[in-house]
Amino acid sequence: MTIALKIPFRRRGETQTGPVRADGDKRRRMVVSPEGVPIPFMLASRGSRAAALFLDLLMIFGAIIGSTLILAWIANGIGFNFNKEDGPAGRAMQALVIVWVVAMFLFRNAWFLFFELGPRGATPGKRICGIRVAARARGVNGGRLTTEAVIARNLVRDIELFMPLIFFISASVEGGDTKMAGWAGLGWFLIFALFPFFNRDRLRCGDMIAGTWVVEAPKTKLETALSVGGAARGHSQETGAQYRFSDADLAIYGEYELQVLERVLRENRADGLRDVTEAICRKIGWNAGAGDERAFLEAYYAQLRARLETGMRFGKRKADKHSERA
Amino acid sequence: MNAVTTGIAQRIGGWFSKPSETVVAAEQAALRSDRFRLEREADWKRLDAILKRMEAGRTRGLSDEDLLALPTLYRTAASSLSIARETSLDAALVGYLEALTQRAWFLVYGPRASLWSWFRGFLGGGWSASVRGLGVDLLIALALMVAGTVVGWLLVASNPEWYYSLVPGGFADERVPGASREVLRGTLFGNQDQDGMSVFAASLFSNNAQVSILCFALGFAFGLPTMLLLIHNTALLGAMLWLYHGQGLLLDFVGWLSIHGTTELFAILLAGAAGIHVGRSMAFPGNLPVMDAAAAAGRRAAQVMTGVVLMLVIAALLEGFARQMVDSTPSRLIVGGFMLVLWTGYFFAFRRGVR
Repeated sequence: MTIALKIPFRRRGETQTGPVRADGDKRRRMVVSPEGVPIPFMLASRGSRAAALFLDLLMIFGAIIGSTLILAWIANGIGFNFNKEDGPAGRAMQALVIVWVVAMFLFRNAWFLFFELGPRGATPGKRICGIRVAARARGVNGGRLTTEAVIARNLVRDIELFMPLIFFISASVEGGDTKMAGWAGLGWFLIFALFPFFNRDRLRCGDMIAGTWVVEAPKTKLETALSVGGAARGHSQETGAQYRFSDADLAIYGEYELQVLERVLRENRADGLRDVTEAICRKIGWNAGAGDERAFLEAYYAQLRARLETGMRFGKRKADKHSERA
Repeated sequence: MNAVTTGIAQRIGGWFSKPSETVVAAEQAALRSDRFRLEREADWKRLDAILKRMEAGRTRGLSDEDLLALPTLYRTAASSLSIARETSLDAALVGYLEALTQRAWFLVYGPRASLWSWFRGFLGGGWSASVRGLGVDLLIALALMVAGTVVGWLLVASNPEWYYSLVPGGFADERVPGASREVLRGTLFGNQDQDGMSVFAASLFSNNAQVSILCFALGFAFGLPTMLLLIHNTALLGAMLWLYHGQGLLLDFVGWLSIHGTTELFAILLAGAAGIHVGRSMAFPGNLPVMDAAAAAGRRAAQVMTGVVLMLVIAALLEGFARQMVDSTPSRLIVGGFMLVLWTGYFFAFRRGVR
């Protein structure tokens, strides 16, 4: 038996460091900041982008309906008056119609523009889905998201999204072949909707022309350090026991196992803690007790980390339990 | 003097006072990487708080010290990240620093502070510079538009039936081949008392802006649809020119058209050139990778397009109001010519702030 830590399952002999994520590695892009620090970007999944778009369209639709209703209500107050008379009421009606036309134009073209230029770089729909717009990296060097880029990516959205609709509507209004127009519109729409499936960075046309991509917005919370509590010094609060591990006890694991252990400790589920404790005890030849798993694991974590970090400072790293320490 | 002494007193007080809580915690921490973390955590938290405020759009509420400290704090976080990667195995810490640096990066290297300051730069040189940056594509678009007009004229001249397929139903109300001189003249003059012109202008603008956005966006397919769209739209113009020429009203029609047409056709020229620019840079990217070439062209073209929308607003105002108010051909030509000179001068002679 060489499987020491049970969560998560991993093929034996696979030399991979860092936490394993579902399709994380495919979506991860390392981008070098202007200061020369590589920073990971996670490309947004296509599903979340579609959901964000749907939410935005819903909101735009709601805003259009809402503003139309408000204007209609005001018009009602003036008294509907479509007769071309030159009184003040007629003028007011004209002004209202102008406001309506301009508002429709803005909702269609400026919604995305306005929000994506804000400090969050995301429309309300994107914010809900936890994604944002960023400048695409050139090679490995990160760029700066410019106003022009945001304008470009949203102007192209117009043909991707609204064109087929217009196409269909104009065909049915002018009495053309609506069936034909429908199929053409659908084909057109599919070309652009499927575009992100055919390139590595999941760009839609607008992203390509503007030099942008859509990434997951970074999470913000700093977890507490696990290695500064009392238990981390090897002293259990509950039982008063002292846990000290010998060098040989600690030498069997590497950085990967340390991070799995960290995750287990942060999740803090009783059965997870028990399983891992048993696995470690079996491996280092201790008798596994019960009831004090957390203190035991925190002590092991802190001492393993101390050992590995000391090695790091001297340039010796141990990726996981399979790699030999130089 | 007083201020100096209190300052010194404070500093000495600082030397002899009890060590602060974080320092104590840092000294007690067993691991070197934890000491590193505890010593710097205050800076990170401060950056975090600033970022949170800015992300919520409350930049105005920030104090000057915080705003000035932002770049420094960003660089501190970035350097902390490099150090943490080499010395710490605390995955949560590295993850947090990665996210923090990324968030700060988005703000420090984000879009310009406000839309307004961008707009000022745009009017004060950015727009005309990007129009000049289109270079030869302007000439290509112009050539296509001239060719479209000539083709439209020749087609209708050879067979008037073409008129009906070129000019969509909405336009061809009474302006059809065979219409009398009086009818045609009536469409050009004497509409001063028409009502609802402002509504007409607003919807005209909306329609024209949509067409020109289409013109630009289709540049994506190597510019070919843009070229077709340019030719098709100017063929319509050629057909109308022929129609009025047949009744000896060519100059009057040109005057009627020029009052807003110089602005509108110029805007369509720019939109087409922007589309061709994007398409051409994708077909012939030069030394850059295709994607980078497309991105560079796309950004320049987007700036031109913002200007095009502005021009169309002006064109719609001219069309809705000025055309009905100015009712003689010479003065119409003067207004149109003036607008043409104005735009040309602004784009090609105005070279402030060339980047």
